[in-house]
Amino acid sequence: MAIGGEPVSQQFTAEWSIGRMVRTMVPLLATLSVLQMVSGSVLETFESTLVANPALLVLVPVQIGTAGNLASIMCSRVSTQLYLGTFELSPTNSVVRANTAAVFGLAGTVFGIVGVAAWAIGQALGGVLTLPEVLTISLVSGLLLAGLVVVLSLVSVQVAYRLGYNPDDTTIPVVTNLCDITGVLLLFGVVVVVV
Amino acid sequence: MQRQDTAKDIYREALPVILISLIAGLFAGTVLGSETMRAGIAEVPGLLLLLPAFLATRGGVYGSLGARLSSGLHQGVIEPKFELTTPLSNAIAASFINGMVVSTFIAVVAFLILQLTGQAGSLLQLVGIMLIAGLLSAILMLSVLVTVIIVGYRRGLDPDNLIGPVVTTLGDVFGVVFLLVGIELMDVIL
Repeated sequence: MAIGGEPVSQQFTAEWSIGRMVRTMVPLLATLSVLQMVSGSVLETFESTLVANPALLVLVPVQIGTAGNLASIMCSRVSTQLYLGTFELSPTNSVVRANTAAVFGLAGTVFGIVGVAAWAIGQALGGVLTLPEVLTISLVSGLLLAGLVVVLSLVSVQVAYRLGYNPDDTTIPVVTNLCDITGVLLLFGVVVVVV
Repeated sequence: MQRQDTAKDIYREALPVILISLIAGLFAGTVLGSETMRAGIAEVPGLLLLLPAFLATRGGVYGSLGARLSSGLHQGVIEPKFELTTPLSNAIAASFINGMVVSTFIAVVAFLILQLTGQAGSLLQLVGIMLIAGLLSAILMLSVLVTVIIVGYRRGLDPDNLIGPVVTTLGDVFGVVFLLVGIELMDVIL
């Protein structure tokens, strides 16, 4: 992209200043950290359940990590497509369709494997949950999470763009954090039903 | 540069790295369940409370750095070279500041929550653990992330697909490990 006159490069200079990046990000990250204390409290509440069922303890970082992973891929891709002018918030948009299908495919694959792996590790650590139980917990909470990732990614990129923020700075922290928190809530919501 | 990837393209490109980060997540889960870590959780009030915030902050700080660098590369603002020119060095410096400031903030908030709910807790201990873990994370994440994005871009990979997995993989495994290092070091210091 060799085009881009003076106004564009000036805009980039402002956008890449340390002060601006810090001022945009710190309040956002600080706010989200406070929200993360919700997950922290949930973890504390379920401490005895987690200790009694090692498979669930293994699921926690994977659940949080995969949520962030999928959200990061989706937000990053969609915001790049937004800059390239190919993204539009519509169910018929090809960027929306392709990314949504990919996220669900990836979630199904990952959480299927995770369910089996967490069950096996849990067994090794002396857990009592059965394979169907762990697999159900993993897949149900994982696919719910995928739906959440898709909706939040699309909406937040669009909203950030409309409000004049750089979607790269704003959407990833917002979406990954919300997915983390909701991921933990979904996980323990499903745990309460299954266990 | 016009790219219109199909779902299959995205799936294929993202799957290998996602599977690697999945293994890392399982490893982190196992570390989390280890005797030493559980002892740490028991000894340091507030650790479980700040764990998700600490893990997620690194995702926010370094994930957005990655996305920013990726957009910069796509737009030609950043060149795929290992030279600390202004946009790149600014982005790195800003991420470092963000990481350290927010890590300290998390420790303070966790301490305040402990105070408000009438639980015991040491501000110095929590801040110390977060600073050590935050600093070690920053050094590791910044060097690896910048390297992976530039090398990946040069080899024709889309950095957008690399960022998330790199950030969560390193973040998960080393986040939990660095937290342990912080706990142990503060145990020695205090």
